[in-house]
Order: sequence, then C-alpha cells, then structure tokens
Amino acid sequence: MDRIPILKVGDCLLVTIQVDMHDELAMSLQEDLTSQIAKYASRGVLIDISSLEIVDSFIGRMLANIAAMSRVLDAQTVLTGMQPAVAITLVELGMALPGIKTALNVERGMELLKAYLNQDVEPEETEIDGAQE
Amino acid sequence: MSRLRTDRMSAFQEVIKNNEAAILSGWMNELAGSTRRSDLINDADLQRQASELLRLFVDAAQTTSDVQSEAFAGTREFLKEITKSRMEQGFSPAETAMFILSLKQPVFNALRATVKSSSDLMDEVWTSGDLLDKLAMLTVTTAIGYREQTIVRQQEEMMELSTPVVKLWDGVLALPLIGTLDSARTQVVMESLLTAIVETNSQVAIIDITGVPTVDTLVAQHLIKTITAARLMGADCYLSGIRPAIAQTIVHLGIDLNDVQTKAKLSDAFALALSRLGKTVVNVKTAPTKAKEV
Repeated sequence: MDRIPILKVGDCLLVTIQVDMHDELAMSLQEDLTSQIAKYASRGVLIDISSLEIVDSFIGRMLANIAAMSRVLDAQTVLTGMQPAVAITLVELGMALPGIKTALNVERGMELLKAYLNQDVEPEETEIDGAQE
Repeated sequence: MSRLRTDRMSAFQEVIKNNEAAILSGWMNELAGSTRRSDLINDADLQRQASELLRLFVDAAQTTSDVQSEAFAGTREFLKEITKSRMEQGFSPAETAMFILSLKQPVFNALRATVKSSSDLMDEVWTSGDLLDKLAMLTVTTAIGYREQTIVRQQEEMMELSTPVVKLWDGVLALPLIGTLDSARTQVVMESLLTAIVETNSQVAIIDITGVPTVDTLVAQHLIKTITAARLMGADCYLSGIRPAIAQTIVHLGIDLNDVQTKAKLSDAFALALSRLGKTVVNVKTAPTKAKEV
C-alpha cells in the first residue's frame, strides 16, 4: 500500500503530499505521523500541500485532526503551499481550519516553525513571520 | 380559429394584396401622426422600410396566417433588423411596436371598404389584428433582447474593470473594491486575489472597501470568506477603508469581524503590513540616527 513519506528534519517532521489524497492514504498518514511525533518527540510538523489540487470535506477534516493530534503531542503544525482553488473549496465547505498555522511555501513555513520553536512564549504572534531580507 | 382561417383564406389576403398602395399611404399617414420621431429617422428611410415590410408581409400572408411559419421568415428577419436599428437610433420599444400597430387602421379601412357582411368583417378584422399583434410582439421581444444583451455586456465589462489587484510593495498586495459585491463578483475577486498572492509570493493582502457603498451580512460574509481563504494559503489579509457609517452598520447587524484585522484607512493598513514584514520608512535626512518606525 502507498504511504506518504515523513521526513525528520531536526526537531521537525516534514510531510510533502505529492499524490492525490484518498481516504485510506489520509488515515495511514494520520497514524504514521502521530507515531513518528511520539517516537522522535518532534516539536513541529510541516505539511506541504502545494501539489494537492482536489480536497473534500474528509481531507479537510483530516488536516484539522492532524493539527489537533500534533497539538496534543505538543507539536506545532504548519500547512504550506495551499492552492487558491483548494483554499476556496475549504472556505466554501466551512472549514477555516482555525487551529492550523499557514505559510505560502515550505521556506516560509520552516521559518515560521523555527521562530515558534525558538520562542515558546506567545506562539500566537508568530503566525506570519516573513521578515526575510 | 382554424376553420375560420381556411374558410376565409380569400378575403383578408386578397384585400391587402389588391389595396397594397392604399394601405401603404394610409400607413404612412398614421406613422406621420402618432409615432413620428422626425428627430430620429427621416421620411425617405421610413417610407422605404414601410414599403419593404408591407411587401414582405403581403407576400407571406398569401399562404398562411401563422407568424412562426416558414413563409413569414423573411418578414420576421426584416422586422428584427428594423427593430435593432431603431433601438440603436434611440427609439423606445413602445415606439417600435407602434410602427407595426399603426398598420392596423389602414388594413381595417381597406377591409371595411371591401367586405360587406358585418360578421365576415368581424372575422377578417380579428384575423388581421391577431397577425399584426404577433408581429408587434416580435418587435418588443427583439427590442428587449437587444437591451438585455447590452446589460450582459456591460456587466461583464464592469466585472473586468472592478477587480484590479495592485502591488503596493514587495510582498504587499492591495485590492481596492469598487461597487456593490454580489456572489458572482466575490468569486472573481477571491480568485484574482488568491492567484495574485501565489504569483507575487505576497505575505500580506489588503482589501480596501472605500468604494463599496453598503455592507450587509451577505457582503460581510463574502469578505470573511476571502480573508479566510487568503489565510489558509498563508497570507495575512487586512480590511481597510471602513467608513464610520459602515462600522456602525456592521455592529448593528451583529457581524463578527473579530478574526479580521481591520483599519480605517488604507494607509494605516499599509503601515501595519510594512511593520509585519519588518520594514520601516525612514526620513532620508535623519536616516542614520533617527529611524522613524512606521
């Protein structure tokens, strides 16, 4: 069975979704990711969905669930590279994903995670921290 | 009705055929009286159109009295052409319809002179009146269709004109909205903003609603959707250009904008965007010592 690779980068886990998500794949990703977070005691999770072009309510809920589960395991989730069409679909489905931090691309997402990991106080303020000169 | 038409095939058709010249002159008199717009069309054109139409009409009426039939195709086409040119010249749909309806009187006069029996006369008047009414309806339909085409075209033009996404700074986009927002427009606005965010790799987008006359619950919902979608993509979205009256309306309607960063003016939102990007604007002369933060 296909599995989505999960890469360990320092304190963080990097997940790039490059195939069309089907429900089974989403469920296995959820399981793999939680066990990996627990195994490596990761503090951050970065999920890149720039190749994802179709979402439905199930995938939307799965993303929200992953973020919530990571939260319970004390890891911050950042979602990067969402396509306009996907964003519109999620909004129309009423899934604003309030608990998830977002960034335009992986680079910015990593900066956001680093900033969050470096200063654990007031994590809410680091939502967009694109100060890159 | 069908019995009546087949029985009396002769009378009405023959009358208009035999009296074509008289009917035309009578028609011209009628046109000169009630619906003449000498400022919009000259006599020669009117005469030419009327005689051409009457000729087509008389020919077609010889075979059938069904306006939708093949025989009337030429008449219908010519009438549509006339209607279109009239609309372009500035005639109202009523004036265009009166062009056809004023043919009734001369046709009726000709019938009265020819048909003796009063019950036959009634039948013929009904047949001819019915026919002319349908042709008049055709002009009205054509006129309205022409107007609707104009409206659709203008809507499209407005849609294209009214959703520019401008780049204020490296990483800062602005979307100045002008005019009322409806669902269709919001969709276009949302798509163009989100696409621009991806293309320019912008972290901040400012939606300026100075030009939006009213904000009701629907418009607010559309705005919140757009802002949420931008956030999902990883860009911050500020709302600016909120006039005092609109601020009052928003509160009175109970619209929740707590999750949205709002500013009264575009300049304020831009200043916030710059500070979010970690940039400052400094006075050139005092730059080295006194860096004034925006």
